[in-house]
Amino acid sequence: MKKIYTAPYIERNSAGNLNKYAHTTVVRHQDNIDTVPIKTLVEAHGSPLFVFSERNIRRTYRRLQDTIRIHYPLAEITWSYKTNYLGAICNIFHQEGAAAEVVSGMEYDMARRKGIPGERIYFNGPSKRPADLERAISEGAFIHIDHLEELYLIEKLADELSLKPKVALRLNMDTGISPLWTRFGFNYENGEAYRAVQRLISGGKLHLVGLHTHIGTFILDPNAYFWAATKLLAFAQTIKDNFGIIMEYIDLGGGFASSNTLIDQYTPGELASPSFEQYAEAIGNAFNASYYVKEHHPRLILETGRVLVDEAGYLISSVIGKKNLPTGERAVILDAGVNINITAWWYKQRLMPTKPFPGSYQNTVFYGPLCMNIDVIRSAMPFPDLYYGDTVLISPVGAYNVTQWMQFIEYRPNVCLISETGNIELIREREDITDITNREFIPEHLRQI
Amino acid sequence: MNTNQLMTLAVNKNGFIFDPENGVSYTVNETGLFILQKMQDGLQNGEIISALCSEFDVEKDQARSDYEHFLAMLKALSLVED
Repeated sequence: MKKIYTAPYIERNSAGNLNKYAHTTVVRHQDNIDTVPIKTLVEAHGSPLFVFSERNIRRTYRRLQDTIRIHYPLAEITWSYKTNYLGAICNIFHQEGAAAEVVSGMEYDMARRKGIPGERIYFNGPSKRPADLERAISEGAFIHIDHLEELYLIEKLADELSLKPKVALRLNMDTGISPLWTRFGFNYENGEAYRAVQRLISGGKLHLVGLHTHIGTFILDPNAYFWAATKLLAFAQTIKDNFGIIMEYIDLGGGFASSNTLIDQYTPGELASPSFEQYAEAIGNAFNASYYVKEHHPRLILETGRVLVDEAGYLISSVIGKKNLPTGERAVILDAGVNINITAWWYKQRLMPTKPFPGSYQNTVFYGPLCMNIDVIRSAMPFPDLYYGDTVLISPVGAYNVTQWMQFIEYRPNVCLISETGNIELIREREDITDITNREFIPEHLRQI
Repeated sequence: MNTNQLMTLAVNKNGFIFDPENGVSYTVNETGLFILQKMQDGLQNGEIISALCSEFDVEKDQARSDYEHFLAMLKALSLVED
């Protein structure tokens, strides 16, 4: 009888790099998502395939909301549409009670189409067109003003509609982290925000009900939220003292980090990313130390999408080829690339085999199917030898992929959801040629070839 | 292919490889050890691939692909040269 075969491998022995985190060198496999076998999912909906776990989404949302409310009971977690605006995913959050946070007219339309009333929509973003604003004002949405032109436009529309819109002011500020996000809203430190409030109040056409900030993304230092909250609350006190206006809410935006690991980050995300408790404590400390909060009880709004959905999303991908690189590394070509998994450019995502493999591992680079040199899903990592048709599981991919994915070279694949009861539900169908060409027009003289 | 460097390696039956010229050591798996021993015995590429298929449960195409990759690894480690 012949011996069991594993691909030949040679490795130079070394004492190993210093590493206080003691990584395991064993590549674990995962053959199911929420107990549904990967094989079953691929048989039902093909490869590549996005899979979302409803159980994970609901549990994460409840855990974050509960944790924040332990520190400040008037907290509300809204659903940030740009993170993932698939209808089924949004509706899970809305069923959990989340209001909608949108950043464009398109996202506003999405929320309204799902039946979210205007007064449950927080309208952010730097680009709100007149028609979008008109609708948002008419429907009573909370409009977060990003710049003065927007303020003037809202005032003009308020006049035309004879309505007094509910608005919040977007602020940017130094919270002790880098990079400093200064592009959204009015600066706190240089007095621009105060002048905007003066202008807004002197106009007398808008109802200032909140203050908002979006300090950055993938914030690994929870103290940044302490400073953001402290500054917004101090500003709210100033507005009260000088103008007698009380803020209904303080919106700290988004930016909580998921367990992903940034490309340039040494420490793995599982260890580096703050816990919900750490974020909640930082925010709670600022709120509970504020005299303004004790007196006026503003609502605390968060719009932190990534941390709610990133880990609920998986991408199953199949091997369509292998190559031997001149460096001695193995290259594997997958059927899913950066066209549908754009966050592979930002993170060292987890790649796992979907079945146990005998033998040793070799450094393997994972490429996608695009005819582009930049289509790298993962730079070299130890991995068991893979063969045509084998599947790998890529995660976390739940945030920003099924919104930022590209209609480029390949069709975008099926997306399914594993319900809490274990059903496999198709929530977005694979595209075909009509999705690519339906909105094209070919002039008469170009029709004959 | 120049295998002079390979011929000087001390190869342990458990897959521990020692290069007495520079003190560097390597570890190979069972299949890698099998190939190294065949190379040291002076077998040619085609013969090694056939031997792999006789010894292990593997198709010839797969064995050839993996053998070529193993050679790339040996080249990257400067154990063989073109």
